[in-house]
Amino acid sequence: MSTRLKTAGRFTDGGAQLSFDFNGKKLKGVEGDTLASALLANDQMMVGRSFKYHRPRGIVASGGEEPNALFNMGYTNTFEPNQRATTTELFDGAKIGSQNHWPTLEFDVGALNTYISRFLPAGFYYKMFMYPRAFWKHVYEPFIRQSAGLGKAPRAEDRDPDTYEHFYFFADVMVVGGGIAGLQAAKAAALTGVKVLLVEQTAHWGGRAPVDGGEVDGLPADKYVDNLVAELSAMENVTMRTRLMGAGVYDHGYTLGYERLTDHAPDIVGPRHRLWRIRAGHIVTATGAIERPISFASNDIPGVMLASAVRDYAVNFGVSVGDRTVVVTNNDDAYRTAITLKGLGLDVPCIIDARAGGAGALAEEAKALGIRVENGKAISKVKGGKRVTGIVLCAQAGEGGVLEEIECDVVAMSGGWSPVVHLWSHCGGKLIWDDPQSHFRPDSERPPLGAKGEGFVSVAGSANGHLQLAELIGDAHGAGLDAGKATGGKPAKAAIPEGAPTSEHPVEPVWLMPQGAGIKLLSKAWLDYQNDVKVSDVQLAAQEGFESVEHAKRYTTLGMATDQGKLSNINGLAILSDALGQPIPQTGTTTFRPPYTPISMGAIGGEAKGKVFQPLRKTPLYEWSDNNGADWEPVGAWRRPFAYLQPGESVHDAVNREVKNTRENLGLLDASTLGKLVVKGPDAGKFLDMLYTNMMSTLKVGKCRYGLMCSENGFLIDDGVVARVDDETFLCHTTTGGAETIHGHMEEWLQTEWWDWNVYVANVTEQYAQIAVVGPNARKVLEKLGGMDVSKDALGFMEWADGTIGGFDARVYRISFSGELSYEIAVSAAQGLAFWEALHTAGEEFGAMPYGTETLHILRAEKGFIMIGDETDGTVIPQDLNLQWALSKKKEDYLGKRAHQRSHMADPERWKLVGLETVDKSVLPDGAYAVDEGVNANGQRNMFGRVTSTYYSANLERGIAMGLVKNGPDRMGEVIDFPKTDGTIIKAKIVNPVIYDKDGEKQNV
Amino acid sequence: MLILECPCCGVSGEETEFHAGGEAHLKRHSVGSTDDQFEEYLFMRENPHGVHFERWRHNNGCGKWFHAARCTTTLEVFGTYCAQTYEPPKEIKDAISARRPGWSWRNFS
Repeated sequence: MSTRLKTAGRFTDGGAQLSFDFNGKKLKGVEGDTLASALLANDQMMVGRSFKYHRPRGIVASGGEEPNALFNMGYTNTFEPNQRATTTELFDGAKIGSQNHWPTLEFDVGALNTYISRFLPAGFYYKMFMYPRAFWKHVYEPFIRQSAGLGKAPRAEDRDPDTYEHFYFFADVMVVGGGIAGLQAAKAAALTGVKVLLVEQTAHWGGRAPVDGGEVDGLPADKYVDNLVAELSAMENVTMRTRLMGAGVYDHGYTLGYERLTDHAPDIVGPRHRLWRIRAGHIVTATGAIERPISFASNDIPGVMLASAVRDYAVNFGVSVGDRTVVVTNNDDAYRTAITLKGLGLDVPCIIDARAGGAGALAEEAKALGIRVENGKAISKVKGGKRVTGIVLCAQAGEGGVLEEIECDVVAMSGGWSPVVHLWSHCGGKLIWDDPQSHFRPDSERPPLGAKGEGFVSVAGSANGHLQLAELIGDAHGAGLDAGKATGGKPAKAAIPEGAPTSEHPVEPVWLMPQGAGIKLLSKAWLDYQNDVKVSDVQLAAQEGFESVEHAKRYTTLGMATDQGKLSNINGLAILSDALGQPIPQTGTTTFRPPYTPISMGAIGGEAKGKVFQPLRKTPLYEWSDNNGADWEPVGAWRRPFAYLQPGESVHDAVNREVKNTRENLGLLDASTLGKLVVKGPDAGKFLDMLYTNMMSTLKVGKCRYGLMCSENGFLIDDGVVARVDDETFLCHTTTGGAETIHGHMEEWLQTEWWDWNVYVANVTEQYAQIAVVGPNARKVLEKLGGMDVSKDALGFMEWADGTIGGFDARVYRISFSGELSYEIAVSAAQGLAFWEALHTAGEEFGAMPYGTETLHILRAEKGFIMIGDETDGTVIPQDLNLQWALSKKKEDYLGKRAHQRSHMADPERWKLVGLETVDKSVLPDGAYAVDEGVNANGQRNMFGRVTSTYYSANLERGIAMGLVKNGPDRMGEVIDFPKTDGTIIKAKIVNPVIYDKDGEKQNV
Repeated sequence: MLILECPCCGVSGEETEFHAGGEAHLKRHSVGSTDDQFEEYLFMRENPHGVHFERWRHNNGCGKWFHAARCTTTLEVFGTYCAQTYEPPKEIKDAISARRPGWSWRNFS
């Protein structure tokens, strides 16, 4: 059984006792523990159930590669699934729960899946859930949703109380990984004088070296590490951070770091996670290597672990994973585990070395300690259920014939080491297959390239394939010096550190154990623990034609779990290569994508949540509207009042009141969000003639003209009223949403096509508050306020004038988007609120009321005025909207003119704008389609029109609508069908879109 | 995320400061052009594996349009230059030739 040793661990030495809760059990741990070491110290070998077969699973690894030990953590609003036990530090009061089982971890109904496993092979989903088609919605999909995911999603109603932040950082050299290689590389780079950032994902410096031992410059590895940390800490040009993972490397040296600030101590005040957004001149990845499991039967029983992890738990945490550990390996490194355990007084019944030649010096050391070493042997299968009880020994060369059974409670396996190449590969670094070491490592000839075409990532230490301390320390030193030099550092004189040489025998590839294992063993030999993928699944994928590694991955789900196949990928593609009879490099790897291990959504969002998610644009009248019942509607980043609700009023009632009041008395609209662009210069008229479809250069000073803008493709993009201010100056009104885009549109043409034209454009939208004074009493209120002459004769329809009204400097446009007598009055933004209030005070006797965007829409729809975004959707041209009158025939050219000559644009069958009057007076659903007889090639009903705007008109006491209908203007009076989503049909008559005041008598008074 | 230098204001900025605007050096065809010419202008774009000329706007900065010569494969930036030109300036072409001898793009080489 696993237990805490008397000998203290490196990290837990002198640590305070902590208590935590696992599945409702109160357990004890020590400060310095990870959740994984604390659980092992409490003999919790089984920590979860596997995804597909619900098999008992235990801790396998000691780092970020852990596939099994994923837990639910926290309570209610701090709840999070899939927290990795090996990288989560224990804190007092931690509450954790295992996942993917029901009703309990010990007894799980889902485990029955293991008995039907031969009916759940690779590609099961694709084979099973195809037919019958009708089963998909009600049987298969609910089943898949039920089984999907390991952890539970947090409850939708909970809000994360923690805070997160983004942090920007610049460094000449960034070193990722604080192991001995990373420390050495950082020191070498720093000696050249450049700014260095060194990050380490765990809480400790030094990585594996202090556990694995060895000597550098005559010092034991752990002492050498301590010295490096002390030296680096004293250097002013070095920034060091632990608990900060290099998550991803992107173009041109952009790197993401994921810092976990309070996960280990939730009482600390401040952000929980910090996303570092780093620009580095050069990146050195010293990310180490990950030990590979070996594929033998039942290699997933709790107690089968990586040999290095067994050693880590003993040395770093003072935890014995078991009393009797069998070591199984194809390389020398695993012998260190046996020697370490023996040194702690634990039993190692046997080291099973698959290599006929066995190990080098470490074998002698093990034998001298009395450990039995079996060369050329293998594990036929592991015995046990919820924990290991023994192994069956066999010959590696055979098919698994039993030689002997050995009792044990831990199997420490090592299938060799794979460099962590993720960060190298994220941005395009290529790999080569290192045959002697049986792994992929970075190809230094083909690095990721930066802005100047230079390689901006290099690799140091075991991440570079240098697994021996004697080699890696010099490699790291050189990588650091080169990185410093590449980013402008001065040559530094520093002695190359020397590691004591070791005598190890080379690794031998063992992708399957024993090599001749039959189907019975293969179908219990796991590759991917988290997604329950076995050797037999990958072989089946190859057999069924999924020969590309990317296809085999998706067919089997190998490496697609949250661990992204850190343990399984190389073994899986070796099996695939074998099945295809091709060398491993020909099979290649799947793509490495960031982040290296999962990072929190909170960190990605940073501060951007709630009110600071997006800046809000407010007009000068925002506060007034907010205090006067505004029901807000988002319009881009603006908020506009949809309607102004009076006490006790519904939105619908408020809109109806506003509509009637504006038609009968006086409505006031905050139109400040309308885009206002000043276009000025000797060529301004010529420029606007190109941008608008109609003629603007002939507009007289003091006059206004409604204009349309098309894109070069001919589609309608914006509309609005243009006022000529003086000979060289125009003020162009755009739609609310168009202010910035049309400004950009104008700049684009001025800068990139007509750059020799003398025109300047300024966006003055926010400089003015603009108020529409609308209704039969509009002139009365302005005359009461006094100042300029706003009579019909002095200021006719489509004219503008500067003057004062009620003492306010104002520019008054006599334009109407409602069909009523209407003035749009611009005052400086600072005067906006005062002017608005003055209008309300003076207008009280005339029935003044504010109105919102819905009333604006209804009034314009009654008049048949189009709205960009309702009647247009990027596929509509002015001709569709019967706006031919606004297309100049005199102008030689304007944007869109040539496009309108294209065959599809000139097609007489295009859908055209009409009014729609429902027979039963109801309101048509927005976007509803008018249906024709018959079906199209896809079996869908033929259609010949759709609703673009639809409202309830309080003036007419019925629904009104506009729509685009094929040959619409020629079909006046025809009644057409609009099916609703509930299957019922609304009948509507095609009518003239101008419903209210067809002759414009109301606005021309 | 690329780093680009705006030739108008001289700022070297993150890609998020800029906005990509498609292929550079398009010749505008309008009224009087054939259908083929107009189609070419509106829709036909180079999609090279290598040297490419693009329009960018420093829209979260000085607001100016400029051109960039870039490698779409390696993301190397050969240089950026003023948008008010009909072809890449000599120093840009030379910079590309130094890195990609024998390159060609549409009518340029």
